[in-house]
Amino acid sequence: MRSVLPIVMRMTTSDEDLAKAAAKGDADAFASLLARHYDRVFRLSFRLTGRADQAEDLTQDICAALPAKIAGFRAQAKFTTWLYRVVVNAAEDARRRQASHSRAAVGWGDVEQMRRAEAAETAEAVDWLQRAMRSLPQDLQDTLALTLEDEMTHAEAAEVLGVSEGTVSWRMSDIRKRLRALRQEELAP
Amino acid sequence: MTDDLEDLKTLMDAVTPAADAQRRAKNLEQAQKIFTGAQGSRDAMRPTVKRGLMARVTEGAKSMLNALSHRGALTATTAIAAVALVMIVPQTRDYVVNPSSWSENRRAETPVQTAEADQEVEVDNSLLQDAPAEPVYEAPVVIEEPVAPAPRVRELSKRQMNGLGATADFGVASDGLYEGAASIAPLPGPDGLRLAPEQNTEAFANAETNPLKVTSEDPVSTFSIDVDTASYSIVRSSLLRGQLPPKEAVRVEEMVNYFPYSYPAPEGDAPFRPTITVSPTPWNDGTQLVHIGIQGALPQIEDRPPLNLVFLIDTSGSMQDANKLPLLKQSFRLLLSELRPEDQVSIVTYAGSAGQVLEPTAVSEKTKILTALDRLEAGGSTAGQAGLQQAYQVAEGMAEDGEVSRIILATDGDFNVGLSDPDALKDFIARKRDSGTFLSVLGFGRGNLDDATMQALAQNGNGQAAYIDTLGEARKVLVDQLTGALFPIANDVKIQVEFNPAQIAEYRLIGYETRALRREDFSNDKVDAGDIGAGHTVTAIYEVTPVGSDAIRNGPLRYAEQPVSDGSDEIGFFKMRYKLPGETESQLIEEPILSGQGQATGDAQFSYAIAGFGQLLRGGEYLGGWSYEDAIVLANGAKGEDPFGYRAEAVTLMRLAETLSQ
Repeated sequence: MRSVLPIVMRMTTSDEDLAKAAAKGDADAFASLLARHYDRVFRLSFRLTGRADQAEDLTQDICAALPAKIAGFRAQAKFTTWLYRVVVNAAEDARRRQASHSRAAVGWGDVEQMRRAEAAETAEAVDWLQRAMRSLPQDLQDTLALTLEDEMTHAEAAEVLGVSEGTVSWRMSDIRKRLRALRQEELAP
Repeated sequence: MTDDLEDLKTLMDAVTPAADAQRRAKNLEQAQKIFTGAQGSRDAMRPTVKRGLMARVTEGAKSMLNALSHRGALTATTAIAAVALVMIVPQTRDYVVNPSSWSENRRAETPVQTAEADQEVEVDNSLLQDAPAEPVYEAPVVIEEPVAPAPRVRELSKRQMNGLGATADFGVASDGLYEGAASIAPLPGPDGLRLAPEQNTEAFANAETNPLKVTSEDPVSTFSIDVDTASYSIVRSSLLRGQLPPKEAVRVEEMVNYFPYSYPAPEGDAPFRPTITVSPTPWNDGTQLVHIGIQGALPQIEDRPPLNLVFLIDTSGSMQDANKLPLLKQSFRLLLSELRPEDQVSIVTYAGSAGQVLEPTAVSEKTKILTALDRLEAGGSTAGQAGLQQAYQVAEGMAEDGEVSRIILATDGDFNVGLSDPDALKDFIARKRDSGTFLSVLGFGRGNLDDATMQALAQNGNGQAAYIDTLGEARKVLVDQLTGALFPIANDVKIQVEFNPAQIAEYRLIGYETRALRREDFSNDKVDAGDIGAGHTVTAIYEVTPVGSDAIRNGPLRYAEQPVSDGSDEIGFFKMRYKLPGETESQLIEEPILSGQGQATGDAQFSYAIAGFGQLLRGGEYLGGWSYEDAIVLANGAKGEDPFGYRAEAVTLMRLAETLSQ
């Protein structure tokens, strides 16, 4: 499946060209651009928030804000890089808003959320994911959510997060270390 | 092992629900309305999306039903949807959207301009205008398909989580994330197990090949020197396993700089000397190569001060492979035979067996050192002590006036060294560097190699990052280049070349993609750059197209001012800044580059062959019909004495690549 992708992509107008046209006011370009990336935005939103409902809301917010933001797209980065940055920033803002309302349940921190899975083994798996995500500090969570995107490179993640490439690599090895520690903890009697 | 990350990816894919179709349609429509509305009064736009409570409840219920009937009908998803309904009520009040309140200042959404970005800005918009209308709309389906996460949960549910990921098919299942990584790795081995962590190698890999620059538009090229050699070793290790290395793993300048060259030595007190030659390009009759060869001074080895070496050795479980800890032990035995009796060695380990395993010991007590080395065992995986801090402590205790202390970190990529904040770690290393203790990093084994971090650490520690895959490579890095690796003679070495548009129409720098500096950073002494060790050589090559050549790729512009020859035969001006060790102010070397200057020596010719080879491996964009065969002929003709056989080995690799590329 994957090998087909580049060929298909080539026949379509590139994201960057569409985005540049959208920035100049081309409504069709904007429509196809957003349609093309909507699911991507949603999935990243989910990974950042850990909850389907929050992901839906976040995606909606982003859709509402993109028309204004796209005008500022200057093709100095890949469109997806730019878009991921919009999503990460939006997630952070949403988190801040939630924090200011001092809600108990926030994103990956909400333990009960996925517990109801019916199949026990799946529940165990999901539970592990929950704990793994929750055990990470916020910056690592964001970095991980971002790098789980298919074909995301450290360089691109770094550009999105506004940190150096080395920092992303460092965070990834930190994440691996923490996951391993978590696993070890579980294995311990 | 580090399959945890893959597990997590697989799981994440599995629990990530599909976006609700109705909300999708609604959101797209809404966005479109806002977009159209914004065209008249963009500045005044404030899209406030207010959603009534009831609307949200019904919407939520719908989305639940929708999720239930959605493909896969994942058990996890139903749970999420059910909870989603519960959570709706408290959420309404804080989700009134006000996009204008988003704080943009944290990460500006227009990033710093990069070289590629410049390029991109200039991409012709005509593509868009000329494109037929229909492909614009068919994209989403095609793109999203390959990511379908649904079936994986079932696969998961069959497994105990503890053992998850150890099975072979998992590496394959979570395809996307490591695509770049996979290509770095020598493809899944017979067991099909994907070596996930090699994604890190990919980190440096993504710089596009330096583009052809038009001199009149962008006459100045600035970069940091690079003495790392890891890329060549990775290329070699791939080729020897019968795989062409992935393009991204090839850093041409590291391949060229892998080989020792003997350029004219510096005279007097100068730490090094640049030699510039301009000669015809082997792969293009219409262009020339500007070859910049920098030779570092080689202080008398006999006079060198005693060395204090602290080996900081990773003994985590993953190091037990034959090409890791055992190879490391052999390598250090080799190194030991090159040291002097008065040099001192200490060994500190991290992970598993903790702490200092050999107190500072004079090399004259060889048996004691060898015994300690032999006792090292890989195993255990407790979080490391502050291994690095301890190593520095030991190193500082060993140093006496005028002596050089260096920590040699040997690892397979697990930087579990006790400091958990990357910037703090870098600062720490940089501070220690200023206090006279340097850090080199040796990478062992494929599978966990964190190329980017290795380079970052070594760069901050004024050391060299090298990748050791064979005993031969260990000999080269540790023994033949012992002096260079251990005695820095100049720091923060930057090169800037300004080309004369009256002489040179176009130019491009071959390699150094990951070392590009901003023009203004050249004179900014705060910006870190590469270091040169004793006896090191550094080579940089530009391909230049003279004005009037029929090889010019960008035709003249109608409205741009045509550069007029000022009668000078300077084709460019070379500038180089460096700091002497311990100094904070840089010194400047500059000289003009004249057309036809110098004569390409055998060394230069060989470096051309390697530069051509590297470019072929990267796709050979600018090489025309020049082939591996041409590279082999050129390299064979320029092998010279080749006392260590490095060049002969390169020719073998070229032959392998030629076969593999057919």
